[in-house]
Parts: sequence; structure tokens; C-alpha cells
Amino acid sequence: MAAPVLTVDHLTMRFGGLTAIADLSFEARRGDITALIGPNGAGKTTVFNCITGFYKPTEGMLTLTHEDGSEHLLERLPNHQVNRTARVARTFQNIRLFPGMTVLENLLVAQHKTLMRASGYTVLGLLGFKGFRDAQAAAVEKAKGWLTRIDLLARADEPAGSLPYGAQRRLEIARAMCTDPVLLCLDEPAAGLNPRESLELNALLRHIRDHEGTSVLLIEHDMSVVMEISDHIVVLDYGKKIADGTPEEIRTNPSVIAAYLGVEDEEVEAVEAEVGLSLPHEGHPA
Amino acid sequence: MARPAASTQGALPESVMGAILRDAALCALVALGLCLPLIAYRMDPGPGSDLVLVPRWGLVAILCAITFGVRLGQRLLLLRRDARRALTPAPAQATEAVGGEPDAGQKVSKIGLKLFVAVALSLPVLATLATGDLGSARYWIDLGILILTYVMLGWGLNIVVGLAGLLDLGYVAFYAVGAYSYALLSTTFGLSFWVCLPLAGLFAGLWGMLLGFPVLRLRGDYLAIVTLAFGEIIRLVLINWTDVTGGAAGVSSIPRATFFGIPFTADEDGFAARFGLEFDSMHRVVFLYYLILVLALITNLVTLRLRRLPIGRAWEALREDEIACRSLGIDTTATKLTAFALGAAFGGIAGSFFAVRQGFISPESFTFLESAIILAIVVLGGMGSQFGVAIAAVAMVAGPEMLRNLGGLKAVFGEGFDPNEYRLLLFGLAMVAMMVWRPRGLISVRMPSVTLGERKAISGAHVSEGHG
Ligand SMILES: Nc1ncnc2c1ncn2[C@@H]1O[C@H](COP(=O)(O)OP(=O)(O)OP(=O)(O)O)[C@@H](O)[C@H]1O
Ligand SMILES: [Mg+2]
Repeated sequence: MAAPVLTVDHLTMRFGGLTAIADLSFEARRGDITALIGPNGAGKTTVFNCITGFYKPTEGMLTLTHEDGSEHLLERLPNHQVNRTARVARTFQNIRLFPGMTVLENLLVAQHKTLMRASGYTVLGLLGFKGFRDAQAAAVEKAKGWLTRIDLLARADEPAGSLPYGAQRRLEIARAMCTDPVLLCLDEPAAGLNPRESLELNALLRHIRDHEGTSVLLIEHDMSVVMEISDHIVVLDYGKKIADGTPEEIRTNPSVIAAYLGVEDEEVEAVEAEVGLSLPHEGHPA
Repeated sequence: MARPAASTQGALPESVMGAILRDAALCALVALGLCLPLIAYRMDPGPGSDLVLVPRWGLVAILCAITFGVRLGQRLLLLRRDARRALTPAPAQATEAVGGEPDAGQKVSKIGLKLFVAVALSLPVLATLATGDLGSARYWIDLGILILTYVMLGWGLNIVVGLAGLLDLGYVAFYAVGAYSYALLSTTFGLSFWVCLPLAGLFAGLWGMLLGFPVLRLRGDYLAIVTLAFGEIIRLVLINWTDVTGGAAGVSSIPRATFFGIPFTADEDGFAARFGLEFDSMHRVVFLYYLILVLALITNLVTLRLRRLPIGRAWEALREDEIACRSLGIDTTATKLTAFALGAAFGGIAGSFFAVRQGFISPESFTFLESAIILAIVVLGGMGSQFGVAIAAVAMVAGPEMLRNLGGLKAVFGEGFDPNEYRLLLFGLAMVAMMVWRPRGLISVRMPSVTLGERKAISGAHVSEGHG
């Protein structure tokens, strides 16, 4: 079994009196797509916000391990350092692109760290040094590579805000990937996609896992995506982990079905039979 | 207010006309309410030492009638426009044409800046030709210097507000820091202008950083208010720290600018004698003109270059979405600080130019109104657009100046009429008009910093304006 890339240890997050996450522990293994699922308000996005430094957890430890064995304690890093040094990238449930900048510019902003260094923290770049121009050309090449993969090369010079929804989702993933992450956290990437786009997303995520050396942590309501591509699933309900296992184990786990359908529902058994295909859709909150 | 859509072109439906009349009457009523305490009675000194109230109901009636008429006309015009719009789809509704023709704003901004620079370069010559001799061109060259100072300030503030999206209401503080840096360094230590110029930029930049550290955690309105307060604090310090700054009396007899060490004087060491010219006090003015032009162009050049570097892109990304920036590993505090410090540095350099040109400075010159005017230049110009800012500076500075020349209006409004007094009124009107017709400024398109294909402007509709 591969070593964990992310270890979440006794994570607790409270907002005043509300406990959004209660003593959550799980692992995401290197080279896996790990899915985090659960009903609305279960605390999935809050887990992401803790991992990526947007919230400071009330308690607990988040450890990210690089391939060379170096460990980063995410809860101690300042917000932007989570991406910069620990190399965790993320997307947002409600897309956060730079709408007034072009598609290409969006991908170049993501390579800020590399370009900034190449431009000698602006000084050399201002003087027009060749080293910077080369680095910029390389960054554009890398962006083009991703644009080809997500099928947006032809629209590279258009403002990101003018893209259709599905393309914006893909662009946000490509932008996160341009930061060379070790772990990519995707918050509901399939929300609002049509079935064809969903399939393309599956292929994109598999490519990221298999060929980019990036492990993926995925929040998703769309069970066709989750069951299809995840290697491991963690189920949250009211901030607690209620199950943890392979898609097969989760599919048949009674407490998962109960959490998703509500125990008092009389039709549980009838639906249970269908669950193999798809769990009911929970909708897409903004 | 929901405007009823007029389906018929010619005659208006009864109900619509009634609603419009009612609305106009309401406006007139509001005007009446406002007039009662303000205009209806005037106090005149009576025969003794007492005051008498002079009723002016006629005037009130006229004002109310005007309000009624204007409102009626406005509603009718809007009605007709809406009817026309209903027939043709609004441009905002249509999806953006991918390979569409560049619109007027885009065409203008492409050549506009070059045109502006060309005109600015040749202004002293043009003015001399137009007025006959160099001496009488002085008015125009002085006006040019004033305009270019504001162009430079506008371009400096544009880095902070237009690119990084940080609303700074206290920009004049850095202008003051620069001006006082030069004034004090030269009068107490005898440092020359050319040494002080970069120092002034440095000091102002440092002040920008110093202010930035605590303040840039704030966003939007909070940032605006704190910068506003900072501007006032600097002014109050200048007024009250009498030992150093000379207090409200300011600093006078600041050394004049030299031609890289050669003074503009009539003796044989002077500029004219050294270059074998006849002495003319205009040499200094023309030199100052080109100096501020060069300083402004440097500001512009640096800004344009920075926009294409990672730091400039990070500024714009910050304006678009700060949270996304942080998720991409961009240190938002440091990035904001650089924008703030750089804008401040250019403000400081402009300030030291101001000091050397005036030869005298006092806290009077650095009031909030200055900040407001510079900010208005940036906003009117179209946030982030260099050419738009230049045009706005010309309009904002030369416009009020032109008012002075409208003495002919005295014939219409009577002898007591001074058009200059209406400066702020016109300023306000212009602002309101801009907000209605071009809320994103004169030039509201954004040029991408890097492209694969042809460089095409991005419509302002997509571009964010920053939240602080
Ligand atoms: N900043 C915050 N302040 C207060 N409460 C919060 C905050 N962020 C999240 N919460 C609360 O924490 C709980 C979990 O929210 P979270 O957004 O993590 O759910 P989620 O699992 O992502 O749900 P969804 O599927 O709807 O996206 C909710 O009750 C939410 O109201
Ligand atoms: Mg969520």
C-alpha cells in the first residue's frame, strides 16, 4: 500500500458554537484519487479550507508528505505558503477564476512563483534580461500544453469570464495544476457539467493521477464520477466520518445509505437496490 | 423605479402619461420642500440694526416649475429610448463577437497614447507659434506643466487603484512627503534637486510601505477610510510640527531647478550664457515642462512594463480575486505592498517636482480635495487605462482653467457672475454624467498582458474593479 500524501489527524473545526468538523481523521494515499463525500453541510468544504490554509483548525494536525519524505504541517503554514512550499493546489466550489484576464493569463498567474524568481523579483525582468524572457516562453509553453489538454487552446486569448461554465471548471483545474502541486483538492468539479463533460472530467482526473504524479482529493456529489474514478472514499456526515473504504465498500455501507437517504425514509430498501448505479443527487449549492 | 415599456411609438397610453406627470409633480414637490428653508426667505439688513425677511416666492415657483419640466422631459426621453431599445437587442445581451471589429474605445486607446505624447512633446513649440513669442506662450506652458503633474499623479495612483484594485483616498500624503522631502533636504542640507528627486521617491515609497503594513489587511471601504485618515494625519503633522516643517507658513525659498547643475540665471555661469543663448526666464519654464513630461513618461513606461511582468499580472489578479491568488501561492500582502509603495514613490517624485517648480510649499496644497481630484482622474479615465487617465487629467485640470476664460458669460448672468465659482458644481455634474453614461470610465477596455495570437482588448464588462 502506498504511503499517505496527506494525513488528517483529529481535525476539529468550530465556528462559535457550531462544530463543523468533529475529530476527523483520514489519509489520502499518494497516487490515489480520494473522494470526500457527504450530504450538504457535512463539512467537506470546511475540510478543504483547513487543508489549504483558509481556516485555522481549532484542533488537529494536517501533515503533507512529499515524495522525498519531507513533511509539512499545513495548519501551521500561512495561507499562501500552503501552495508555495507544501504544494497543495485547490479549486473552489463556486469557480474563482480571474474573469477579466485571458485564459492564458490565468495560467501564467498560476506560475507566479517560477516567473517571479526568473524575473529576479522584477528587477531583471524590468531590464529585459534574456533569462526572464526564456522563462516566460517556457511558462507559455506549459500553459499551452494544459490548454491543449482541456481543449481551450483556441480560446487562449479570450477573457476567462466569457467561457461557458464547463470550460471555466476545466480551466480552474488546469490553473491549479500549473502550480505543480503534489496534492490537488477539487471542490465539486463536476457540478453543473453535462454528462459528456463529466466523462471528459473523469479522463482529465485520471490523466492527472497517472501521468502528472499528483494525488487528488475530490469533493463530489455526482456519484457517477465518484464511483467511477475514486480509489478510496471518505464519507462525512455532520462533520464526522461515518465510513471510509473502497467504492465497493461504500456502495453497500448501510450507514452511508442512511446518511444520504435518511433512516426514516420508507423507500430506503427500494432505492438501496438502485444505489449500485447512482446515489440520489444532492443538488449543487453555490 | 420601473419604467413602463411603451409599446406604441407615437401616442402614449393614458396611464403611462399619468404616471409620468405624477412623478414630475412629486419631484416638483420635493424641490418645493427643499426650497422652503433654503430659498423662500432671504434675510436682509433692515433699516435699523435688525434683519428683515424678504419673501421670494416667485423664485421658488420658478425653480419648482423648472424641476417639473426637466423631470418631465427626462422621463419622456427615457421612454422613447426604452422603446427604441426594446426593438434592438442591447449590446450587453448579445454574446460577445469573437472576431468582431474593434470598437471605438479600443481603436482610440491603441493610438491615443502615442498621439498624446506627440502633442505633449510639441506643446511648447505649438504654443509659441500660436501666440507669437515664447514669453506669451508662458500661460499655455504653465498649464501644460500643471496638467502633466496630474497626469503623472494619475498614472502613479493608477498602479494602486487601477491595477491592484486598492482604493487609496490619501494619495496626496505621498505627494506631500515627496514635496517636503525635497524642500527640507535642500533648504537644510543644501542637497541638489537631482539628488533629492530619487530620495523623495524613496522616502514616499518607504512611507507607503510603513502605512501599508498595518493597513493592507483591510479591504474595500475600510482601506479607503484608513488611507483617507492617513492623508489627513500627514497634513496635520505638517501643520503642527512647526520646528521642522514651518507649520502652516510652509517652506519658502526652495532652491530652483538647475539644468543638471547649471542654474537658469542671467550671469555668465548661467544656462543662457553657457549655451550662447540670450537670457530668457522662459528657459526654466520650458525645462520644467520637459522635466515633468519625462518624469510622467517614465511612470508610464515603468507601469506598462510592469504590467507584462509577473508582478503586474499578480496585481491585476489580486484586483480580480484575492482568494484565488492566495490559493495559487501568491503572497497577497507583499504584492499589495509593492503596488502601494511603487504608487507612493511616483507620487513622491511628482511632489518633489511640485516643490521645485513652486519654490514654496505649505500644507494648503495637500488637502483631501487633491486626493479626490487624482482619484477622480483615475476613475474617470477608466481604471487601468493609461490613455484614459491622461485624457481625464487634461479634462479635469484644463476644464476648470477654461472656466476662467468664460468672462463673456458675465453678459448673460450679470456682473457678479464668476464662472470659476462653479468649478466644483461642474465637477460634480461631470462625475454624475460619467457614472450614468460610462460607469467604467472613458476607456473601459483592458489589454491582455500576453497573447498567443493577435492582441485584442477585453471588454470592461468582464474586468473587476477590485474590492480594496
Ligand atoms: N466561515 C464559516 N462560519 C460559520 N460557519 C461556517 C463557516 N464555514 C462553514 N460553516 C458551517 O459549517 C458547516 C459545513 O459547511 P461546508 O461548507 O463545509 O459544507 P459542505 O459539506 O461543503 O456542503 P455542500 O455540499 O453544501 O458544499 C455548515 O453548517 C456551514 O454553515
Ligand atoms: Mg461545499
